[in-house]
Amino acid sequence: MAYSDKVIDHYNNPRNVGTLDKAKNNVGTGLVGAPECGDVMRLQIEVDENQIITDAKFKTFGCGSAIASSSLATEWLKGKSVDEALSIDNMDIVEELALPPVKIHCSVLAEDAIKSAINDYRVKNGLPALELPKSHH
Amino acid sequence: MLTFPIYLDNNATTPLDPRVLDAMMPYLTNKFGNAASRNHAFGWHAEEAVDYAREQIASLINCSPKEIIFTSGATESDNLAIKGVFEMYATKGNHIITATTEHKAVLDTCKHIEKLGGKVTYLKVNEKGLIDLKELEEAITDKTILISIMYANNEVGVIQPIKEISAIAKKHGVLFFTDATQAVGKIPVDVEADGIDLMAFSGHKMYGPKGVGALYVRRKNPRVKVTAQMDGGGHERGMRSGTLNVTGIVGLGKACELAKQEMEADTARISAMRDRLEKELLTIEESYVNGSVEHRLPHVTNISFKYVEGEGLMMGVKDIAVSSGSACTSASLEPSYVLKALGLSDDLAHSSLRFGFSRFTTDEEVDYAIGHVKEAVAKLREMSPLWEMYKEGIDLNSIEWAEH
Repeated sequence: MAYSDKVIDHYNNPRNVGTLDKAKNNVGTGLVGAPECGDVMRLQIEVDENQIITDAKFKTFGCGSAIASSSLATEWLKGKSVDEALSIDNMDIVEELALPPVKIHCSVLAEDAIKSAINDYRVKNGLPALELPKSHH
Repeated sequence: MLTFPIYLDNNATTPLDPRVLDAMMPYLTNKFGNAASRNHAFGWHAEEAVDYAREQIASLINCSPKEIIFTSGATESDNLAIKGVFEMYATKGNHIITATTEHKAVLDTCKHIEKLGGKVTYLKVNEKGLIDLKELEEAITDKTILISIMYANNEVGVIQPIKEISAIAKKHGVLFFTDATQAVGKIPVDVEADGIDLMAFSGHKMYGPKGVGALYVRRKNPRVKVTAQMDGGGHERGMRSGTLNVTGIVGLGKACELAKQEMEADTARISAMRDRLEKELLTIEESYVNGSVEHRLPHVTNISFKYVEGEGLMMGVKDIAVSSGSACTSASLEPSYVLKALGLSDDLAHSSLRFGFSRFTTDEEVDYAIGHVKEAVAKLREMSPLWEMYKEGIDLNSIEWAEH
């Protein structure tokens, strides 16, 4: 199966690989997937006092499409408000990276990672966790 | 001079040896006769070539040329052996014994047998990939007609104890069939010494062409028969109808002749390259060889690099062509059933690469592959949250993963 140029670019030059201090109150961490399934994503956001995401980092165990999906997600998250970030849909990632049907689950995982990181941030800051639709993959 | 990508997937298929192509060329051009045409020179030439190929093949595996049935490849040979025995020996019984690590061509054929009302026992293997001989013997009933155990495994290269298996089969009067696709042409296979009754193999795994294979069917002690699975002209002693693929058969014959002449020298050179690559890659932290290293084909190694995912890793080693036990592209997302049968956890099965070497692999290519894989593993581990957790001393089993 051939990868799209954008997937290859993100794979070769992943944006924002790294780790934020998960102990900090303004950092939200999402860890989704499972090693048994062949993909695990950890996505972290750092939020300023105006609810703007100033930094985002990821680490991913998975195929090229999973790495590209999380790399792209961190790019999109930076500069968005937390509320705006919630509107990122997995199909946007599918479209941007031209993922084939068999790789759609990678984009779903990235969306889950974003929402999970936001929820972690909300709970840390005394906000109720958002009801997330049950993982649909 | 290196040419990319470097081919290290020789258990999937091997390149055609130029000497094999040379032998085939006349039969692709002016010697185009049908081997079944008995009344003119075109047919005679074709039949002569087929007979010669039979001898070349028989000489490699130590059988009579009359015991070779030509097929389209190992998958057809597997089907013909299992279904053919099931039908031919229906009055004797309906039970077949095989193993969980067999090729799909055997496993799916056995599934078909079950649909037809047959009984199949699937033996487990140990962590080395070997079946338990005691379990095999205990599985035999008075209804058992066939034991079907592969000679060597295609994913990890593990060689089963063929002589011991055939001795058990003989003791109980059960036929023994082996899928020897990965073994013939690579290691000495002797149907007499090994006590094999039926054996499948193919051309393209031993530097021959695709689309041709053979089924060895024993004619003496005991005389074995299989029911044909295709109706037609009654070729190949009535066991496999269809105009003979003369070109392919000539290629298979030549490939067998070369294998016989060069196996010893090839094995010494190829296994040295395999061992070197394996030793170097095992210097990578948390890397493991899958399956037995004592009972193994000389030209393959299967290694798991923990905390990196196989498909992602294959993308990182784009300069070499290998295969992975990760099945991220398959709809099921299930990793290799062979590696799982060896007891590997799913995450380790997802992290595996298979390296297969050939007569044409060079030391320079091996050197490049070693460096290339090391770099890719290091890069992906930098990106892997699991690697980070491992380094922090977090037990990954203590985490509640959201299974999906």
